Amino acid sequence: MTINLKVWKQKNAKTSGNLETYKVDHVSPDMSFLEMFDVLNEKLVQDNKEPIAFDHDCREGICGMCSMYINGQPHGPLEGVTTCQLHMRSFSDGDTIVVEPWRSAAFPVIKDLVVDRTAFDRIIASGGFVSVNTGNAQDANNLPIGKDKADMAFAAAACIGCGACVAACKNASAMLFVSAKVSQLALLPQGQPERESRALNMVAQMDAEGFGACTNTGACAAECPKEISLDNIARLNREFLGASISNQEV
Amino acid sequence: MATIKLDAKVPEGPIGEKWTKYKSSVPLVNPANKRSLEIIVVGTGLAGASAAASLAEMGYKVKTFCFQDSPRRAHSIAAQGGINAAKNYQNDGDSTYRLFYDTIKGGDYRAREGNVHRLAEVSANIIDQCVAQGVPFARDYGGMLRNRSFGGTQVQRTFYAAGQTGQQLLLGAYSALERQIGKGSVINYSRHEMLEVVKIDGKARGIIARNLITGELERHFGHAVLLCTGGYGNVFYLSTNAMGSNVTAGWKAHKQGALFANPCFTQIHPTCIPVSGDHQSKLTLMSESLRNDGRIWVPKQKDDKRAANDIPEEERDYYLERRYPAFGNLVPRDIASRAAKERCDAGYGVGVTKMAVYLDFKSNLINKYGRAQATKLGIENPDLDTLIRLGKEVVKEEYGNLFDMYKQITGEDPYEVPMMIYPAVHYTMGGVWVDYNLMTTVPGLYCLGEANFSDHGANRLGASALMQGLSDGYFVIPYTIGAYLSAEIKTKAIPTDHEAFVEAEKATRERIEKLINIKGKQSPESFHKRLGKIMWEKCGMARNEKGLTEAIAEIQALKKEFWSDLRVLGDIDGFNPELDKAGRVADFIELGELMCIDALNRNESCGGHFREEYQEDGGEAMRDDENYMYVAAWEHKGESQWELHKEELKYENIKIAQRNYK
Amino acid sequence: MSWLTKTLTSSIGKKLLMALTGLFLCTFLVVHLIGNLQLFKNDGGYAFNNYAVFMTTFPVIKIVSYVNYALILFHAFWGLYITYKNRQARPIGYAVVKNSSSVFSRNMAILGTILLVYLVVHMSDFWYRYHNEALPYVQYTEQISTGNVETTLMETGYTQEAKKVESFNEEAGTKTIIVKDLYSVVSFSFQNILLVLFYVLSMFAVAFHLFHGFQSAFQTLGWSHPKYTPLIKGIGIWIFAVLIPVGYAAMPLYFYFLK
Repeated sequence: MTINLKVWKQKNAKTSGNLETYKVDHVSPDMSFLEMFDVLNEKLVQDNKEPIAFDHDCREGICGMCSMYINGQPHGPLEGVTTCQLHMRSFSDGDTIVVEPWRSAAFPVIKDLVVDRTAFDRIIASGGFVSVNTGNAQDANNLPIGKDKADMAFAAAACIGCGACVAACKNASAMLFVSAKVSQLALLPQGQPERESRALNMVAQMDAEGFGACTNTGACAAECPKEISLDNIARLNREFLGASISNQEV
Repeated sequence: MATIKLDAKVPEGPIGEKWTKYKSSVPLVNPANKRSLEIIVVGTGLAGASAAASLAEMGYKVKTFCFQDSPRRAHSIAAQGGINAAKNYQNDGDSTYRLFYDTIKGGDYRAREGNVHRLAEVSANIIDQCVAQGVPFARDYGGMLRNRSFGGTQVQRTFYAAGQTGQQLLLGAYSALERQIGKGSVINYSRHEMLEVVKIDGKARGIIARNLITGELERHFGHAVLLCTGGYGNVFYLSTNAMGSNVTAGWKAHKQGALFANPCFTQIHPTCIPVSGDHQSKLTLMSESLRNDGRIWVPKQKDDKRAANDIPEEERDYYLERRYPAFGNLVPRDIASRAAKERCDAGYGVGVTKMAVYLDFKSNLINKYGRAQATKLGIENPDLDTLIRLGKEVVKEEYGNLFDMYKQITGEDPYEVPMMIYPAVHYTMGGVWVDYNLMTTVPGLYCLGEANFSDHGANRLGASALMQGLSDGYFVIPYTIGAYLSAEIKTKAIPTDHEAFVEAEKATRERIEKLINIKGKQSPESFHKRLGKIMWEKCGMARNEKGLTEAIAEIQALKKEFWSDLRVLGDIDGFNPELDKAGRVADFIELGELMCIDALNRNESCGGHFREEYQEDGGEAMRDDENYMYVAAWEHKGESQWELHKEELKYENIKIAQRNYK
Repeated sequence: MSWLTKTLTSSIGKKLLMALTGLFLCTFLVVHLIGNLQLFKNDGGYAFNNYAVFMTTFPVIKIVSYVNYALILFHAFWGLYITYKNRQARPIGYAVVKNSSSVFSRNMAILGTILLVYLVVHMSDFWYRYHNEALPYVQYTEQISTGNVETTLMETGYTQEAKKVESFNEEAGTKTIIVKDLYSVVSFSFQNILLVLFYVLSMFAVAFHLFHGFQSAFQTLGWSHPKYTPLIKGIGIWIFAVLIPVGYAAMPLYFYFLK
């Protein structure tokens, strides 16, 4: 197949960018979307043109590094799939595909399609953990956890922190990301001691990073490659409001 | 340079008491002194994140470095199947000794007893620690932890979180790390790549790291430096490693005097999705846990063109069950991989390329899960469709994400047709040589996790990589580093304008400038691909003297070509993935040569290293314990020159035998 | 900052205020609709005009109605403020957007703005005129025993201090009241096809706004449960996005076509 690409090119955070047009020939339907970019980049190098910078690492849909906004959707047209797991068989010969970086004030562009997502790390650092030092743990089976709760916690914990939720949300809100972590730990007995402070601190940090507010459109969950549920956002709201009311700090 | 004498420093005493005694006698650093001791941790995977978090909790000042945009992205995240621990929750006779024994045996008697026993001892603590962090392991309805079985063992000791165990464990370690970052006791440097170890008076005292966003070279001081940088499987270009996984940190350490041990011990994982074309950039693993429930087969007839579902039962060759009735589909990885290669080379392979075998879930879907579920639901005499439907539900719960992933990549539905799999490079048992303290031959320079060579011998058992990474980080280094740092409490932080830092930075800069100024015609990627092809064909699943000799010459030629015809576009002072890649490929080329030299030196077949000259009539590997029961630790002596140091392996607690999984 | 301001100015707190005010306005919609259903009574506006007096004189209702106006304004401007803040979270937009969320949920601010304009028109049409303009008066004489009502329009220029003048004729067994004839104002206004269209279209905006808004408020409050959320969604769609807007839209249509 032949694919026409319009890709965002931007030298660095300080300059502005624009969409540039490329043509890729001999695209195999079995190629992944990123492999198609590899082919393009190899060709650009041969033509003495600087290749397109994009984030990627594990290429098996779990590290959360790849982050392309493809034809108006984060990670492209398929549901429950990251960019690296998107294959060219999802496109047709002659298609024009527009590829842009995640857009959010909290995710500044570093170069081309690469953005800075360290805001997510700072949110986790503000409370997305259980404070247990190494060596303090009791025997794992001393803490029975019902299968339903464990499964719900696991479903929330499946978040890969790619930022597609932010990219998809019209408000660039990070609520799905934050709610996934808050939910996971709120559902488990291990998370109880810090349950209130976690919700409060993580939301405060999320706001400080410049993400927008959730307006419950549901675009985040619809585009999430790990299909994190909107129920988590409801739970975060509950956790946050409950903590605000009952927490001892005045 | 003085000759290096390898001392593993394994404590004296009975195997079961070594670690306990060590822990109670190792020198300690008092809390006040810890605050003035700085530790650099390179890599934030399971080993790095757990080490950094634990050391910071103890009071040390820690800096972490990772080339990814976040510590959470390290490739440990991609581990699927599970993590072993000698908990004996299943009441099936597991014990520390059995885990120790299985690991040594699985490693084909090429691992150090003391280290492996320690690993088995702390394995149970790892599960406790991870559960306490909120890692959502699979559980039974009663709330207790579940286990499954894995290759090379006869007990169920593998803890798991669906097919995302690595992810969940890493996120646990990452959250512990982020907690310390939030407290200010760890400073993290994302999108930074370590490019040099700085040595002062023979001791590791810091690193030179490149800020991958700005291109700036930074100097960082540390009283000790920990390399937790993962394996070097990407030397084969196609592997299950992440695209960015590289050997650079380990290799720089090697060139600064750290010995590199057993580089030829690479693990070829038996269950990966086969290559589909030239464009392929990486291979995807299908968890070994699938072998629990899938049966591996090829047609009995050569070049059978029928679709898998059209081949009747009696015309299928379940070759693993045939050759290894005791372990069947659960033989260790090296054996399963070679058996697949043997069948394909003999002309029984399936798929378009004929380089694949079937992994079939149908019979277990129906008989194991379908029937159990039917019985549970009280359905009498269920028909086939009901059994399949019920079985699917169970399998979906156990492996759903893996099945989805397979379908995504290949376009085929594994619930309907058997998966096609073929072995692929997955893990490297070799790595930087370390002693019992995890210290390399450079004082103050440590190496943890897959990056070191220590615990898996010539072959790693499934679900043991996560165990080792976390064991090193959570439970070993916090104790062993005290042995070194307790003597460093008087060393003040060395200012980074020290000439050693200046020199190291200058050398690093010159190398980067050299790379970018070659201005040849070929991309780093293309060199990497060519290196990978040489390595896979001549130093891959099966090796021989002729191939390895050729490979060494080819790699040397490739290296020459690399340094004269490389094209790195983009700027030196900005975000430039091409430049990052070029530096990594340069190191892979040098490592590739050493791997071939090591493979050529080891005139035996053991674990992941299979020399065609050394096999039994039936094709089983032939070890040579008399001459090769040692760790081959290589010292870098100049370009393409290495000196071999041998660490003899002594087995005092395990009777050495030919591995037998029949 | 006190905990309360901190909570209410957080991204979730801001939404909480939208949710709570929104739900209050939903209850108002129900009450207002039920009251206005009296327009359909074929009694020459007797019930409706009486109701109008009650609504504008009963102290509790008066207080509630001013709270209501305040909350409408708050809901509107707070919503616009949140929208403005949310826009800032994405300073550079996408060249291509393919939405996976509903068009209503994405355009609450636009729908809300339409409703705000509608409310201004609506209030100035009826509320303002009722309170401030010289409306015609009407006299109703009810035969208490039968309930029959006789309607007499007062002559132009008639005016009275009280909103409602009530007298009884014990001999005749009748009750007579004189009130402002809002009913005929309504009836007259809805002879204008443009106004009818504007009202009906605005009710579409109400429908779309509530289609998302009602259940969204519960989500914001964190009231999500596999058992009850479908019920809430059902109420949001069938009652608030269908029944209520249809009920309201029926009024101008009724007067235009049947009166």
